[in-house]
Amino acid sequence: MKVKVLSRNPDDYVRETKYDIQRVPRNYDPTLHPFEVCREYTQALNSTKLDRVFAKPFLASLDGHRDGVNCMAKHTSSLSTLLSGSCDGEVKVWNLTKHECVRTLQAHEGFVRGMVVRHCGTSFFTVGDDKTIKQWKMEAPGYGEEEEPLNTILGKTVFTGLDHHQKDAVFATCGQQVDIWDEQRSSPIRSFTWGVDSFSAVRFNPVETELLASCASDRSIVLYDMRESAPLKKVIMTMRSNTLCWNPMEAYHFTCSNEDYNLYTYDMRYLDRPMTVHMDHVSAVLDVDYSPTGKEFVSASFDKTVRIFPKENGHSREVYHTKRMQHVICVKWSADNKYILSGSDEMNIRLWKANASEKLGVLAPREKQASNYSQKLKEKFQHHPQIRRIARHRHLPKNIFHESKELRIMKEARRRKERNVRKHSKPGAVPVVSEKEKHVVTVVK
Amino acid sequence: MARATKKKGGKKSDKKRSELTEEKVEVMYDDEDLNEDDENITSEEEEEEDERKHHKLLEAISSLGAKRKKTLGERSEAAVQMSEFTVTAEGERDRVDLSDLIGSMEKTPGVTSRTKKQLKNLQKDNKTIESPLSRQETDRIQRDVAFQKAATEVTKWKGVIKQNQRAEQLIFPLNREPSGPKPIERVVTSWKAHTPLEEEIFSLLHANKQPIHDPILTPAEEASMKAMSLEEAKIRRAELQKARALQSYYEAKARRARKIKSKAYHKVHNKAKRKEFLKQFDEMVKTDPAGALEELNKIEMARMQERMSLKHQNSGKWAKSKVIMGKYDLVARKAMQQQLEVNKDLTQKIVTSLNAEEEEEEEEGGDAEVLPDFVNDAEQAVDPSNPWMRGKLSEDPTEKDMIVDLTAEEAPRAAEEEEEEEEEVKEPEEEVLLREFDERRKQRQAQEAEAQITVEEEDDDEEEEEEDKAADEEEAELSAFTSLFREKAEAAADVTDTSAQLEEGLTRIRTLEDVELLSVPQEEAAADEAPLPPPPAENPPPEPQKREAAKPKKRKRAIELKEVLTKEPKVIQVPLAPTVEDAEDADEQLDQRGLIKEAFAGDDVVADFLKDKRKQEDAGKPKVVDLTLPGWGEWGGTGLKPSRSKRRRFRTKAVPPPPRKDQRLPSVIISENKNSAVRLHQVNSLPFPFQNHSQFESTIRSPLGRTWNTERTVKKNIKPKVVTQMGAIIEPMAREELLKDKRPAAGRGGRGGQGGRGGRGVDSQRRHIRDKRAEK
Repeated sequence: MKVKVLSRNPDDYVRETKYDIQRVPRNYDPTLHPFEVCREYTQALNSTKLDRVFAKPFLASLDGHRDGVNCMAKHTSSLSTLLSGSCDGEVKVWNLTKHECVRTLQAHEGFVRGMVVRHCGTSFFTVGDDKTIKQWKMEAPGYGEEEEPLNTILGKTVFTGLDHHQKDAVFATCGQQVDIWDEQRSSPIRSFTWGVDSFSAVRFNPVETELLASCASDRSIVLYDMRESAPLKKVIMTMRSNTLCWNPMEAYHFTCSNEDYNLYTYDMRYLDRPMTVHMDHVSAVLDVDYSPTGKEFVSASFDKTVRIFPKENGHSREVYHTKRMQHVICVKWSADNKYILSGSDEMNIRLWKANASEKLGVLAPREKQASNYSQKLKEKFQHHPQIRRIARHRHLPKNIFHESKELRIMKEARRRKERNVRKHSKPGAVPVVSEKEKHVVTVVK
Repeated sequence: MARATKKKGGKKSDKKRSELTEEKVEVMYDDEDLNEDDENITSEEEEEEDERKHHKLLEAISSLGAKRKKTLGERSEAAVQMSEFTVTAEGERDRVDLSDLIGSMEKTPGVTSRTKKQLKNLQKDNKTIESPLSRQETDRIQRDVAFQKAATEVTKWKGVIKQNQRAEQLIFPLNREPSGPKPIERVVTSWKAHTPLEEEIFSLLHANKQPIHDPILTPAEEASMKAMSLEEAKIRRAELQKARALQSYYEAKARRARKIKSKAYHKVHNKAKRKEFLKQFDEMVKTDPAGALEELNKIEMARMQERMSLKHQNSGKWAKSKVIMGKYDLVARKAMQQQLEVNKDLTQKIVTSLNAEEEEEEEEGGDAEVLPDFVNDAEQAVDPSNPWMRGKLSEDPTEKDMIVDLTAEEAPRAAEEEEEEEEEVKEPEEEVLLREFDERRKQRQAQEAEAQITVEEEDDDEEEEEEDKAADEEEAELSAFTSLFREKAEAAADVTDTSAQLEEGLTRIRTLEDVELLSVPQEEAAADEAPLPPPPAENPPPEPQKREAAKPKKRKRAIELKEVLTKEPKVIQVPLAPTVEDAEDADEQLDQRGLIKEAFAGDDVVADFLKDKRKQEDAGKPKVVDLTLPGWGEWGGTGLKPSRSKRRRFRTKAVPPPPRKDQRLPSVIISENKNSAVRLHQVNSLPFPFQNHSQFESTIRSPLGRTWNTERTVKKNIKPKVVTQMGAIIEPMAREELLKDKRPAAGRGGRGGQGGRGGRGVDSQRRHIRDKRAEK
């Protein structure tokens, strides 16, 4: 007679050491686990809902300025340091982890128009309405010492913007013209003019470090090469661009924030038509900053919101607003890709999470895996209407909501009218102009 | 023409030029002054300066006059540097003309003919030079050129950017330094000695010319490296290799020697001794044949007995299980080792000439012995009355066989004992021991033939115990447990014996009998208990006498045991009873079935289903629409039907619908209606990156989670696109990335396992597969 006894190979279930992962026998036979799509769909739906439940992006508000925050600068080597300049000429240095101001200095009379930290992180530059460029030490002066700039350059005209070269001791200012300065000299080593008298922003390309771009008041964006004596090219748009920001990972892409409520991402080689038009704001866009990964950017607008756009998407993936936040004048994306800082009219700097529902702090490995899995599920099922509806739903302040609705209606009406005109005129007489081409007036060589 | 134009504006230009020269001259003055300054500055600076200022003032005053005085500088001595401006023309007439120069050129012999030719051509050419472009246009051209340059420069990044966009995963910061300790040279470069101790150490290092930076070789070493020739190097290398090989051999040998020190080592010694013994035996054959014969017999006996136990050794289930358990269980490992050792011995001792009968017996015994192999010690404690727990005796050997069996089983047991003894006792004592064991076994057989004990399940140790017990049964100090155990075994033996006799076919019947048999003593004990009806096939147990014979010997214990056992069998009977009565239950179950049938007599589920299906099918069929109007175009009224042709004309038949999906599935109804509840969750248009429906469907269909995928696949599936390090500053892309990109591009065209760009190959592969699947 044969007696059958259950006998298992201990190799299959006994760990060799206690640090080994407990083996969980699994049978992956698909017939044993039916309805995989349905189950994953449900999981995706749930994680999308949880995502919205846990979306609490607002972290802190830094108050202390006595006037609107006009400009901010990230520290190049310290994540926890932020510099901000206000409309009364005051510059504050903040410790972001402690949410407190560590240093205050009266830098200028009138607005602080621009501010930038030197690439080494030991000093920073400010420009103001008092026609001066000042260089300051990053450390606070010792006890009894007076707060004095390292260096002051008196200019002939008001400077409106400032940016520093990525590696060299060179910086650029803009005002009536774009000037390139050597840190050691008191006069610009080069100045560019091209028929305009006022520039609002100038930015160095962080990758191809000798290139610059500036926004001018004649609705144009001008490109420069620091090594050349003349500017390279300019594109004139329908409305004025306020600021621009280069993609830190892609040498030839930049995004500009425009007065016509939109942002435009350009390839600098082909200025005749923007790569993407980013729409969603309902008022002029005042500032833009790329995430350090170059995948997304954040924009600040006069409509009191901050929006985050994926760089290749026409619409924002996130909108941040609070009741008390007024016109957002400047915005920065922190260098570790985790936070967003916005400075607004009502004298506050706000700290936001870049990913609204992300859990901060160290994640346990299993937690991380779970979040990665749910992220992938959301990605996989993002086109399903129920999930998309939940994932895309955002609460907006009433005025913005109505404004955007109105804009949509206006746009639709315009489109309809154009269609009708086209229908009732000779074929070819009213050409179809794509949204991208609409906003570019001309490219000047 | 050109000349004419020049002459036209000649005077004006001349005037201008003269002015210019004047100014230049003045400038030259200044220069001279400055030079003087430089010279004198060391002696009396202030005085000199005053003088100079005065001089200038005077000059300025003089220049205020209407006529400008031409004051040409005169060189007093040869200047080291000659400015091109110091060459001055003496008058307007003395201007040097191009034609003059060309004339002189022709005269000079050193000028090549080629240049002369070129000059002649130039003279012949009478075309006007085009007027220069306007400033705006030149600027524009300049800008255009500059832009083209910048654009090409920037376009270099295209590869990197494309690659990053396509990458499965990007890990930021991109230029991460590998984690872990850095080589000290790299750390030291940016570090300076501060403390006196450090300085001292560094000075020492410098003094000894120790390397601080990357090539970790002292200058001396480097020099030696350079000095060594190729052949020398080769010889040296060969030497080194040899030395290394030798070293490894020695190491291996030493290691082996160290291992051998255990029992195996003794075994080898034993073997050697045995060989010696054999030699001696050979000698004995020559010298003392009678003694040798005796010895031979003894050896043969021993071998026989050992061979009997050969089957135990390495192929049984028990042994296999031990092999598996050996990893985790020290005792098992030990036991296994022991077995292996014994096995070795036996294989060495194999003798071809053996008794055929004995072999057969052994084989029979072997069948019986298979069971004890997999029944473990732990199971021994299990209630012997439960026939399921003892994997034993499905065959029915006769009484004699049983006895033979017992002898056959006893023998290996003895052999085993012997083997165990062997390890302790040395070779010459073997025979003595064997004899002893023989005697003991004979005693035991005699006793056990009476007692009819078949305890095969026990392990060696317990068998030993038992044997000990059998050997000195009279001993009073047997523990209560062992006595109990013993009795249990006896009871079991009883049962199995009877079953062995009765067993004809199915095992279950036997078990039933077992149970009954178990209940017999209880019946005897308590007659009023209701007995189970005895099955018709039952025979009276064949050896009650034997049992009774056994009883008197162990009466005391038997009585004690029964006191213990009276309760236990009862408990066990309960769960077994239903299985016993299964046959009777069958009727009742049938009744139940009948009952259920009765209860649901009216429900013909199959018919209902078919009806349902037909209904569905009918509902799906398009209906014939009859649009005939009685009385239209012809007489109408009661009893009057519209004509046939009219009916045919106005009856519209719809096109038959495509065949239903459940047409060939008899037991299924597939509804082909759209489900509005499901539609809410369905994607109604093809999303952007997908090119066709099948692509999209296949991505949705392939699950990501760990319920459906292996761990590795899941890890690959859920890799996030962007990974950032906590608290790390992500710098903008550096120029080095471009170089990094270029290098692998030459070899392969991508970044392999390195950091962020890892796994692109896998990604593309998977995409490729997905695409293929989509195509299918």
